[in-house]
Amino acid sequence: MPDPARRETRNRWLLLTPTLVVLLFAASGPLIIVLIYSFLTPGDYGGVVWKFSLDGWFNVLFNRDFFTDQVTFADAHLSIFWRSIKLSVLTTILTFIFGFPTAYFIATRPRAKRDLWMLLIMIPFWTNLLIRTFAVMELIRNEGTINTLLMRLGIIHEPIQMLFTEFAILLGMTYVYLPLMVLPIYASMERMDFNLVEAGYDLYATRWQVLRRVILPLVKPGVIAGSILVFVPSLGAYVTPRVLGGGTDLMIGNLIELQFGQGRNWPLGAALSLTLLVIVTVALLFYVRTAGEEDSHHG
Amino acid sequence: MARGFDVRRQPGFVTLATICFLALYLPIILLVIYSFNAGSSIATWEGLSWRWYVSAWQNQQVQEATVRSLILATSASVIATACAVLAALATTRKGRFRGYSAVFAMINQPLMVPEIVTAVALLIFFAVIKVQTGYTGLGYLIIAHTAFCIPFAYMPIRARLQGMDLGLEQAAMDLYATPWRVFRYVTLPQLWPGVLSGAMLAFVISLDDVVITEFIKSAGQETLPTYLLGQFRRNITPEINAISTALLAISVVIVLAFYFLSRNRK
Amino acid sequence: MIEIDRVRKEFGDGTDTFIALDDVSVTIRENEFFTLLGPSGCGKTTLLRVIAGFVDPTAGRVTLDGQDLLGLPPFRRPVNTVFQSYALFPHMTVAENIGFGLQMLNRPKAEVKQTVDEMLALVKMTQMAGRRTSEISGGQQQRVALARALAPRPKLLLLDEPLSALDYKLRKEMQLELKRLQAETGITFIFVTHDQEEALTMSDRIAVMNGGQIRQIGGPREIYDRPTDRFVADFIGETNFLAVEVLDFADEQARLRLPSGAEIAAHAPAEGIPRGAATLAIRPEHTSLCDPEGAALKGKLSDIVYFGTDTHYHVALDGDTRFVLREQNQPGGHEARAVGDTVGVRLAPGTGQVLRD
Ligand SMILES: Nc1ncnc2c1ncn2[C@@H]1O[C@H](COP(=O)(O)OP(=O)(O)OP(=O)(O)O)[C@@H](O)[C@H]1O
Ligand SMILES: [Mg+2]
Repeated sequence: MPDPARRETRNRWLLLTPTLVVLLFAASGPLIIVLIYSFLTPGDYGGVVWKFSLDGWFNVLFNRDFFTDQVTFADAHLSIFWRSIKLSVLTTILTFIFGFPTAYFIATRPRAKRDLWMLLIMIPFWTNLLIRTFAVMELIRNEGTINTLLMRLGIIHEPIQMLFTEFAILLGMTYVYLPLMVLPIYASMERMDFNLVEAGYDLYATRWQVLRRVILPLVKPGVIAGSILVFVPSLGAYVTPRVLGGGTDLMIGNLIELQFGQGRNWPLGAALSLTLLVIVTVALLFYVRTAGEEDSHHG
Repeated sequence: MARGFDVRRQPGFVTLATICFLALYLPIILLVIYSFNAGSSIATWEGLSWRWYVSAWQNQQVQEATVRSLILATSASVIATACAVLAALATTRKGRFRGYSAVFAMINQPLMVPEIVTAVALLIFFAVIKVQTGYTGLGYLIIAHTAFCIPFAYMPIRARLQGMDLGLEQAAMDLYATPWRVFRYVTLPQLWPGVLSGAMLAFVISLDDVVITEFIKSAGQETLPTYLLGQFRRNITPEINAISTALLAISVVIVLAFYFLSRNRK
Repeated sequence: MIEIDRVRKEFGDGTDTFIALDDVSVTIRENEFFTLLGPSGCGKTTLLRVIAGFVDPTAGRVTLDGQDLLGLPPFRRPVNTVFQSYALFPHMTVAENIGFGLQMLNRPKAEVKQTVDEMLALVKMTQMAGRRTSEISGGQQQRVALARALAPRPKLLLLDEPLSALDYKLRKEMQLELKRLQAETGITFIFVTHDQEEALTMSDRIAVMNGGQIRQIGGPREIYDRPTDRFVADFIGETNFLAVEVLDFADEQARLRLPSGAEIAAHAPAEGIPRGAATLAIRPEHTSLCDPEGAALKGKLSDIVYFGTDTHYHVALDGDTRFVLREQNQPGGHEARAVGDTVGVRLAPGTGQVLRD
């Protein structure tokens, strides 16, 4: 009789084979190649020369002057990193400011209606991000809806330049990632016991105090999850800054792309990608730790 | 008499929520409205017309991109769903096993790694393979899309499997069903709504992808989203709105179908 | 005839093992209504699952009419189970559920249909044949689960607490129904319950289990009147335990001396009992209150609990032992007794069972 435990293990890995093959080929495997490429020498017309070099990683933060060999900080990169982080943090804050009350609003509707309200949040989430970005673009273009309307009304005479600014990127990212904030906050809020809110009022808390001291702590896991869900894709955003930002208002994602296009520095592009990956991983680990602690508090 | 105290009210929240809902839909609604504009502006209304839909329909580039997008989304979602069913069966039954965390992390990798990083990785990897094999067909796009569709197909199927009573399979076995028949007559029928949901999500995700496709497509392999992306820097006419509206409509229909499917289950 | 021979099941591995079945041996006869009775966690379900094929025992043999069952997967064993949660297939109708086993056995369509109809009639569910299993009541689901397990005519039917989810009245009805079905079909039943009343009223024989072991096997009367150890006596019904001294043993009868000094005779295990300290088990309903003068036992009445059909008297015997008596209530009522009265306890002649200490 074949050992049942071993047969079970064999069957399990057989079932997993197609998935693992696809993922190894088109998700996990290529990441390893990125790592290898980050240590090679750039080729003249893109691609790489198979010669070990640390320049890819060096160039993430520093510049070496071609003639004098002088080392300086790569200001352009630093300002792009700074802008990416700043815009991602601001996006997270803005989506929270709008997303939290929205989640609260939905969670306080009658039970039967809540799914429908959530559907209204989910529809934009599942529709094309590019198209939603495009919709924002049409709104804020110089010849777009807002400027046209304001000029018709005689409030302004020259269109306000909104497109191709940092503001446009922030607006666009807030718009496209808003559902990602609402979703997890709503999920924890729906599980919240409203008797606790009543208990808060019973013990003389004002509305603000109930919000600060009762509701927020209870839905904290949802808020953290939402912040991560918004922060991570914001940091790696590519489409939104490309469509809404001007040529100068780049974010990390566009900087990476540049290395594979005009920049023709694949090792640098690879190193930048991995840098982004590390930042994101740190954020995710932070989330896992915080969420784990929350669990042990409640469990 | 004083009005009752509403414990659920928070000042300003309704206003903010209203702004939020309006802001979510206003740009989309305007986009849709102007796709029916008779004039060629996307901000000045000049009357109702179908002309931009007609012109998009007759645009050969758009036709080709549409067909390619549909082929891609269909093949990727079918393959991804098939893989996800098998993977879900292997990972949800009979508790944890050695290597579970690694497998789970791999399946969910496309959700956690920024798209741009995956795109770059695939660009490099496929560039090597293209040089080695000379093959430049749609296969690269299909397998790349399959990979990032797998977690979306996997999630609802796994949820469905986890919610399923293992006792049912034991009951079937007790009633003389062989393992294959247990799967065929008990597991699969139970799983079906999850499979359908998973396939629909995968389809929408593949249809909407722009970053990864943009990076790894070979020359002349535009999909609808990459075609649109290419057009944005040019002079924008309501034709773009018309194409976008059509694409939106497909997604919305599928999402609504998904919603009602998961609702009927309860 | 099913023979279970020294079946052992250990869960866990290496350092941390848990013995769910501790060398269980029992032979169940053809056409018997056999009950496994025991407290929660004693291993009843585990034993059933070993027989059905869902748990591999660590050691031991299980044979059905001489055929070894353990080498067979569940779907090759001529054994069916009525699951505790019923496990009805929600995506099939009542009739489809009942026909499932026969279909899996590749029986011809006509035969499947005929058997399904018979089964529907047997459990009085003919009107519900086309319903979804989610559209019928708990009691009806129970019947369908039963019909589904009976339809392939197994040699052995396993029932794991099939009645526990039903309300009291329905449970009583289904108990009778089960007895009737067993008699009509002639199939051997192994029935699991932790309800002793259910076990006593339904079974031909009962195995009382505890801690993975079978403590006693016997007919309901035997188990109730002649428990062989303290666990069985305590688990089934209510029992008073008295420390006694065995003076003499002959012919399943022992002469005992009570703590009060009185000497009485009581039933003892056939294999005999040594002289010296032992325990006497006495059922409350085999005793009555009497005058303290000259009574074998006496003490202070500490509590009187009225139960409708009868009344329980709690007596604190000399030496602090609590003793419970049960007396049937008569129309017109009793002479008034009050808490604090000193009373005597009369033991009906021939009652009580001596247990080894
Ligand atoms: N798969 C398992 N792994 C570890 N321990 C188990 C497993 N299955 C059962 N046990 C343990 O074996 C013991 C017997 O379990 P079993 O289910 O047979 O009890 P039971 O008599 O049916 O109880 P109940 O009346 O509550 O259903 C229990 O202590 C249980 O914790
Ligand atoms: Mg049990």
